[in-house]
Amino acid sequence: MSLELSGPEASRRYIEAAAPEHPSLLDPTHQMDALFGVVNIPNVVWIDEAGIIVRPPEPGWPGGRQEFPKEMRDGMPELGRAHGAPDEPDDGPGMWAVLGSGQDRIFYPDAIRDWVAKGDASVFAMSPDEVVARSEPRNAAMSKGAAHFELANHFWQAGDRDAAIEHFNACHRLQPDNWTYKRQAWSLFGQERVGGNYGRFVQGPVKGEEDAWPFDSDFRSEVSSRAVGSYYPKTL
Amino acid sequence: MLARTLDITAAEFLDGTGWDIKPQGACKAEVCVPLASTEFGFDLTATTERLGMAIVTDEASGLTAVGPESIGDRALATAQAPELVLSDLHGNEFRLSSLRGQKVVVVSWAPY
Repeated sequence: MSLELSGPEASRRYIEAAAPEHPSLLDPTHQMDALFGVVNIPNVVWIDEAGIIVRPPEPGWPGGRQEFPKEMRDGMPELGRAHGAPDEPDDGPGMWAVLGSGQDRIFYPDAIRDWVAKGDASVFAMSPDEVVARSEPRNAAMSKGAAHFELANHFWQAGDRDAAIEHFNACHRLQPDNWTYKRQAWSLFGQERVGGNYGRFVQGPVKGEEDAWPFDSDFRSEVSSRAVGSYYPKTL
Repeated sequence: MLARTLDITAAEFLDGTGWDIKPQGACKAEVCVPLASTEFGFDLTATTERLGMAIVTDEASGLTAVGPESIGDRALATAQAPELVLSDLHGNEFRLSSLRGQKVVVVSWAPY
């Protein structure tokens, strides 16, 4: 499921390069967030033959740590900080340490294989009560954040940028731990400003253009301010 | 779900949220949340309050969004997978429920 609101072309080259044999779908309104509680990507949900979720959304990868393409790294402009972004602690771990921590990437596919082989007897399969209890926290304020995201999505696609930004920001304040809601909004501006194949990975203001950045925060500042293990929580 | 008016039907609410209004209350899979009364028809405001769903109206446009449920302070009210209907690159509609009978691993990703 590609959680991207700006249309199929943004996802096309990735899907065509992977040429998957399984269904590969587009989720422009982030239904995975609202219906399942997805708050970051990549996130994985396991569902059994009866349609029962046996593991709620969690970070998961097909193997070990992946490297970003050189073309992408070389094309990144120098970035500044959003005016309202949290300060990076002087003795903090830094963005890359936070991004690389938490969930076990190498072992994750083996956990899936164990469940495929053993079904409910797998130590990784949860009971329905455990699935519900271990799904993402959501209170009324978070529901309100999701409603603001749906409005932001609508207005962005309708071309009403001011209204979209207003609702994106309201959403981010109400769901500060939902990274897809944040990265979706930030990436729209990165793509507009930088363009090309990797503009969507520019999720903060270009250095010197901070005044034009309409959001309270940015990816690098936000991740750098978080604790090790909090961005991709370890659940296995 | 998005709506132009708060005066929507129970069928529209089901279509937009997955919650079915039945005599015993608002239901999703095995979970039913009792409602005060349906004697006077479906009441969006009362139902969303019971389910912990926020209602946000954009004042300029009048467009309203209903947020997802938050009962139990968790994203999932039940382990029964909700129906999900999405399209592929070619516009072909696909239903998650069409995979019943198989184990399914749903991966969310994004081009950002």
